[in-house]
Amino acid sequence: MDDKTTFPADTSSTHALQRELVRHLRDMRESLRLEWVKQMTAKGLLAGLTPAETESESITIYDTCVGCLDTGRYDAAQDYARRMAERGVLRAMTSEQILGGMLTLRDVYGRTLADKYQGDMERLYRALDIYEPVANKILSIIAIAFIEERERIVRQQQEAIRELSTPVLQVRPGLLILPIIGVLDSLRARQLTEQLLRAIRANRAKMIVIDMTGVPAVDSKVANHLLQTVDACRLMGAKVIVTGLTPEIAQTIVTIGVDLSRIVTVNDLQGGLEEAERLLGYRVIAIHEEAA
Amino acid sequence: MQVPILKQGEFLIASIQSALTDTDLLQLRDNLVQRAGDWRARGVIIDVTVLDVMDSFACRTLRALAQMLKLRGAETVIVGVQPDVAFAMVQLGLSLEGVMTALDLEEGMALLQRQTQRGGHNVRSSARAH
Repeated sequence: MDDKTTFPADTSSTHALQRELVRHLRDMRESLRLEWVKQMTAKGLLAGLTPAETESESITIYDTCVGCLDTGRYDAAQDYARRMAERGVLRAMTSEQILGGMLTLRDVYGRTLADKYQGDMERLYRALDIYEPVANKILSIIAIAFIEERERIVRQQQEAIRELSTPVLQVRPGLLILPIIGVLDSLRARQLTEQLLRAIRANRAKMIVIDMTGVPAVDSKVANHLLQTVDACRLMGAKVIVTGLTPEIAQTIVTIGVDLSRIVTVNDLQGGLEEAERLLGYRVIAIHEEAA
Repeated sequence: MQVPILKQGEFLIASIQSALTDTDLLQLRDNLVQRAGDWRARGVIIDVTVLDVMDSFACRTLRALAQMLKLRGAETVIVGVQPDVAFAMVQLGLSLEGVMTALDLEEGMALLQRQTQRGGHNVRSSARAH
């Protein structure tokens, strides 16, 4: 392959060859497309697509790729890749299906060029020089579009989880509960504290029960966040009771040596609520006991 | 900027109206320690609602003030710390330890009434239920 670099770069003949390639691929469109679909079917890459969808999609992709080769511009490929990524991810197509399909198309194009120029190795190399960069560029456009779409969805979901995950609920006048579910990181702990402080002002809360049952692990950072939250609540005149520290978490906290003695802790949420009600001056009496 | 000190029954209310310089704070401290004795106050409320920042000097002064007032026979409650201020303070490691806090003036009054009642000297009949 080294000797091909010694050919003088003849732009006019390169251009002519490019036209020839485009014409060839357009002429052979139906047979090559069917060959492509056949190969994809054999590899199981078309699972979940109807025949009609397969046909229209394959025609669009085929024409888009030839169009890129023809014009040297990739806007159409970029647009199409973005739309395909949106649909593909939504319809739970795997990246293997989409990238595998494109790689198959690349092979089909390459094979037909090899067939066409098999008698003339020099022309074949030059044709491949024209065709391969275009094919690679299209593939990378599609791969990137696919990855970007995935990342966009991950970001969106993270956002949604973050918003959902810190509800501050009022159970009685002046009594809020804050059930924490999932791992606490610095960002979340900060958001949680800010939300809680605003809720204290909005609800005129005097007692807060923070339930940690849903927190899988605690490290010194999380423990310190908890201490900060308790101090901040106190500055706003609210008292905090922490509940639901599992045996494992209790052991970790003592082992890593964080001093939580400033915090009032109660075994479970029920105990925490009862303690909070007691401190607020509520007494809950069952109706039959009251009557007795 | 002078901080007005209002007398409400046996409590004093220092209502901060604007951001305070360190000198203003020290003056407020001196005034309150003086007045608390003059008026035989049993409790002092310091309203910091308008402050959008509380630095270490302010915290240290308020803590010292609370201790001084205690020696003069009055309890101190800081009221009206805003959410953002509270968050910033704990991030800086300032937590006003040893000083009572309440959400706002109303809660501060209720808290002081409960506290002073506990001392056994209160002869009020209209103490709140809890």
